Amino acid sequence: MKRNKSGSNFNVFVMLLFSCLLITGVYAESNRLKPVTPDYQLSFPMDYGAHQDFRIEWWYITGWLETEDKKPLGFQVTFFRYATDRNHDNPSRFAAKDLIIAHLALSDPAVGKLMHVERTAREGFDLAYAKPGNTNVRLDDWTLVREEDGRYQVDMQASDFGLQLSLTPTQSMMLQDMDGFSRKGPKPEQASYYYSEPHLSVTGTVLRQNKPVTVKGRAWLDHEWSTAHLDSDADGWDWVGANLDDGSALVAFQIRAKQGGKVWAYAALRDAKGNMTLFDPDQVEFTPIRTWRSPHTEAVYPVAMHIRTGEIEWRLTPLLDDQELDARQSTAAVYWEGAVMLTKDNKPAGRGYLELTGYVKPLTL
Amino acid sequence: MKPPSIFRWMMISEWRAHIMQIAVALIAIAIGVAMAFSIHLINSAAFNEFSAASKSLSGQSDLQVRGRKAFLDEALYPLLAKHSSIALANPVLELDVAVPGKQQGRNDHKLKIIGIDPFRAAQISPDLLGVPEEGETLDRIASDTIFLSPAAMEWLQVEQGDALQLQAGLQAITLRVAGGLVRARAGQRIAVMDIGAVQWRFGQIGQLSRIELKLKDGINHAAFKTRLAKELGESYWVMEAADQEARIANMSRAYRINLNMLALVALFTGTFLVFSTQALSVIRRRQQFALLRVLGFTRQQLLRQIIAEGGFLGIMGSVLGLGLGYAVAAVAIRFLGGDLGTNFFPGVKPGIFFDPWDAVIFFAIGLSVTLLGSIAPALEAVRARPALALRSGAEDAVMAKLSSPWFAVICLSLALLFTQLPPIFELPVFGYLAIALLLIGGITLMPRFAAWTFASLLNRLHHERIGAVFTLALARLANAPNQAAIALGGILASFSLMVAMAIMVTSFRVSIDAWLGQVLPADLYVRAAAIGDQGGFQSDAQNAIIALPGFDRVDFFRTQQLTLDINRPDVTLFARPVDKEDPRNTLPLTDDVIAPGSLPEEVMPVWVSEAMVDLYGYRVGEKVVLPIGAVPSEFLVAGVWRDYGRQFGAIQMQLTDYQRLTGDLSVNNVALWLQAGTSSDTVVASLRQLPFGAALEISRSSDMRALSFEIFDRSFAVTYLLEIVAVVIGLLGVAASFSAQILARAKEFGMLRHIGVMRRQILVMLTAEGGLLTALGVVLGFVLGWGISLILVFIVNPQSFHWTMQLHLPWGWLLAIAVIMLISAALTALFFGRKAVSVQVIRAVREDW
Repeated sequence: MKRNKSGSNFNVFVMLLFSCLLITGVYAESNRLKPVTPDYQLSFPMDYGAHQDFRIEWWYITGWLETEDKKPLGFQVTFFRYATDRNHDNPSRFAAKDLIIAHLALSDPAVGKLMHVERTAREGFDLAYAKPGNTNVRLDDWTLVREEDGRYQVDMQASDFGLQLSLTPTQSMMLQDMDGFSRKGPKPEQASYYYSEPHLSVTGTVLRQNKPVTVKGRAWLDHEWSTAHLDSDADGWDWVGANLDDGSALVAFQIRAKQGGKVWAYAALRDAKGNMTLFDPDQVEFTPIRTWRSPHTEAVYPVAMHIRTGEIEWRLTPLLDDQELDARQSTAAVYWEGAVMLTKDNKPAGRGYLELTGYVKPLTL
Repeated sequence: MKPPSIFRWMMISEWRAHIMQIAVALIAIAIGVAMAFSIHLINSAAFNEFSAASKSLSGQSDLQVRGRKAFLDEALYPLLAKHSSIALANPVLELDVAVPGKQQGRNDHKLKIIGIDPFRAAQISPDLLGVPEEGETLDRIASDTIFLSPAAMEWLQVEQGDALQLQAGLQAITLRVAGGLVRARAGQRIAVMDIGAVQWRFGQIGQLSRIELKLKDGINHAAFKTRLAKELGESYWVMEAADQEARIANMSRAYRINLNMLALVALFTGTFLVFSTQALSVIRRRQQFALLRVLGFTRQQLLRQIIAEGGFLGIMGSVLGLGLGYAVAAVAIRFLGGDLGTNFFPGVKPGIFFDPWDAVIFFAIGLSVTLLGSIAPALEAVRARPALALRSGAEDAVMAKLSSPWFAVICLSLALLFTQLPPIFELPVFGYLAIALLLIGGITLMPRFAAWTFASLLNRLHHERIGAVFTLALARLANAPNQAAIALGGILASFSLMVAMAIMVTSFRVSIDAWLGQVLPADLYVRAAAIGDQGGFQSDAQNAIIALPGFDRVDFFRTQQLTLDINRPDVTLFARPVDKEDPRNTLPLTDDVIAPGSLPEEVMPVWVSEAMVDLYGYRVGEKVVLPIGAVPSEFLVAGVWRDYGRQFGAIQMQLTDYQRLTGDLSVNNVALWLQAGTSSDTVVASLRQLPFGAALEISRSSDMRALSFEIFDRSFAVTYLLEIVAVVIGLLGVAASFSAQILARAKEFGMLRHIGVMRRQILVMLTAEGGLLTALGVVLGFVLGWGISLILVFIVNPQSFHWTMQLHLPWGWLLAIAVIMLISAALTALFFGRKAVSVQVIRAVREDW
């Protein structure tokens, strides 16, 4: 992190987001921000909207798209809201109480690597906000809005690529773990509120090299908010969310321990009828099959994975290897976020997104 | 002998024989070039650094939006940010904040704090992002943190992690130094905070200084600028980076040009010295040249010989001058700063940049000036008929042609005409030309004048008993005026310019003295560090001051900056109680005023400084619209006042009008008149005991006067230095031309010795000649200098700095310089005379065959 000293780079915000979940006790617990407790009952549509009493919150959408000529494309859209827990007594409209951060990434096998762009702004002046009540997030001209009928509209344009998508739910929402109270470690306070909307049907246009392309496909939405920090022993996490071809939905994650092994793990499989199977930490196992060394950061990612949930074995194969999101020039965050194909018993089972964090080790001082 | 070796032989032998004159001419050229070059180097270094520093603050924006007043409402920011043609809007709030305990000077105790939104600024002015401690990135957007440039840290003597106390109006606030600004320029004293923090901590909620814009790709900047200006309307300025540069250039242009002119004066004096050296050398070698012509040397060869000699002198002198100039610039910038102590370029530490092209230009100037000085003597030498020139004793005639009265008359009348012409691009070009013509004309008239003066003196004194020695001296001066004039040229040029400068500076100083008396009538002045758009004193603070005992009268002032023209520096607005019965009691008005009785009741009067008349064309009796209050209002220009403090313009208005228009009841300054018998110390003590007493800047008017003069003298320090250089060059010239003439007259002295004149008598004669000649030079120099000072005082100054002054002559000083010049000239004559008369009598006469 010597780069910080160079001054111009806007570093750390997203790093901080992750580290905030990763590292315990960097900040003293705030009495302004609420803790995550198991007794809270998620209620909708309220909980679609922003929760300004919690430190961090994100809306995260990933999906597989198909162009008219049947070419696959992966996309990732994330809006973060981060409470700085500062400037509460500052009456200025500029006072940076909340930050809005957004990432947009497109995985195009024709390009061979991830195209991505990220932005950060302070909430205010109606230029950047995350509104309570329903999903309604803006960062300048980037927007994510949930309409009354449950449909999400995403509009994000960067200088040479962008997307404008409409996402329609086809299934009911999926409350993770204990009715939306999602444990992230052995301690009771290590948790977040977490729900997903799998199997969103996508239509819209993607802009590639400033040329609009009509697309359709399937997407996955996560909304998660928390004030807690991860276990001090945590090193990073591996996460996968997949829309399976038979209409079921799979989510699995593990939080890796620094000395190897895992701090926590979780998986849930919901079939098309809505029957949910939850797996305990010891029933969930991530095993790397193939690694890829990033030429940008020298980090080594297990881009192909073997995941066991209970009795079921899944095999994950990336759409392309280079789906690393290297945002060090702007936000200092580096992670691998990629479209993957799932196979079960050597047969195609579905498509999803794999997230690998904490594999870059430049955090030495 | 081949021509090249003849050339070398002639030049070397001549130079070896007259090493002193050659050295003086060389030094004169070198000093002239050095002065001009060093001032150019210093000016351009300071200016470049200053504009680079200003540019680094405003980043790489395409356009900037500012208010007509110093601040604009933040409501404009989201409108611009959402504009369909604008890619990025970067809001900036910039304040100059007082630092307690750093109040040494007028402006140098302020710290420039720039409030930014780091997320926006990252894309437009990344240099302004502070570098916090590892992992403490949120310090950039905290409300209690500040980032300082290295120069600011050094100045404030703080480091990362220290607490820093600043003054926000009447309150002291404490911030934490969260880190540095590593990309700030050397010497640049700036601080960066989060924009929300600046708004809150310095009481500027809702205010911005400017909004910087980056346009979307494919948007035509010029067309969009016009469109946006139209959309935003009257209250805003839309400017490009180039406008900003022009604004910065305008700030110091008059100062830079005038300093360059002063430097050219040194070069100008140098030219006269080269001319006199060359002329004397040509005269001395008349017979040598004639002999060469007789032996077959062509005119062209001779012309080439003399010009080449001059050119050689010019090359050596110019090269020497470039080196010297570079050294002087380096030393001056190190010890005096880039603005040579005048505060024209505050807060920068420039480094000298050597541009070879500049060096070439100044070398060329030095060389051409030298060649110019050589041409006239060379032409004369060539024109001479060898047969006549071989004869001895015709030396004086050679210069006669150069003193054609018509040439002088044309110069002088042109000078007179030029004094009537207006400035060009706001620069007194014709004023400077008039000065040059006046000098040239005056010097050309010199021989006639000398002949006439000394002849009439000789006639008048003919019957008196003045002794043979004085008669001889007078006769020599009356009958060989052209040679005398050459010696006088240098004295005249340097002395007259010195006189002119001295008169100008004195006039300025005396005028400022009188002006300060008028603008500082009260006993005490109290200032609360103004912050941005808010005066430091709110109503409760004002009442607390009024309630204190011991005052006869208390006046409150509100000052503010207005941008009336985006290409010009801001205008200062003063709102204060102006005496309705007679504004003269409050303001240092000129005669250009509307009589107080005849002011219509319903209009709001303003009194404008002279600069407003020159720069903005305001006329007394005219109605003007000023951006004061929510909507611009109409005012009547009721008078013009003299302002030596702000050359970019200032406006005074009634405080009541201001408060009615703006609803702003805060003020920045308080003037206090003490009751008779109250000591200022008790009053200061009671002011200090007010709840906000520690934050007050209390000055006695006597201290303010002293400070003003200190600044004045510092500003003119360079002028004094240039004057001294000019005088030294002049004296060197006197020495050189006297020595040359005296040595050339060895035959004459030999003859005098033969007819029985004592050696001592010859020396007295020479001293008398030197003294008389210098006396005439001093008298004429004074007249010429006085004429030039009129141009400086009444044309150059008003046209450059937009202020007028009254003429005052520093008699004592002028007299002292005159005496010094007389004595040194006489001593020089004596010194070289001793050398001349020490030649053996026989040998001296034998030369004359």
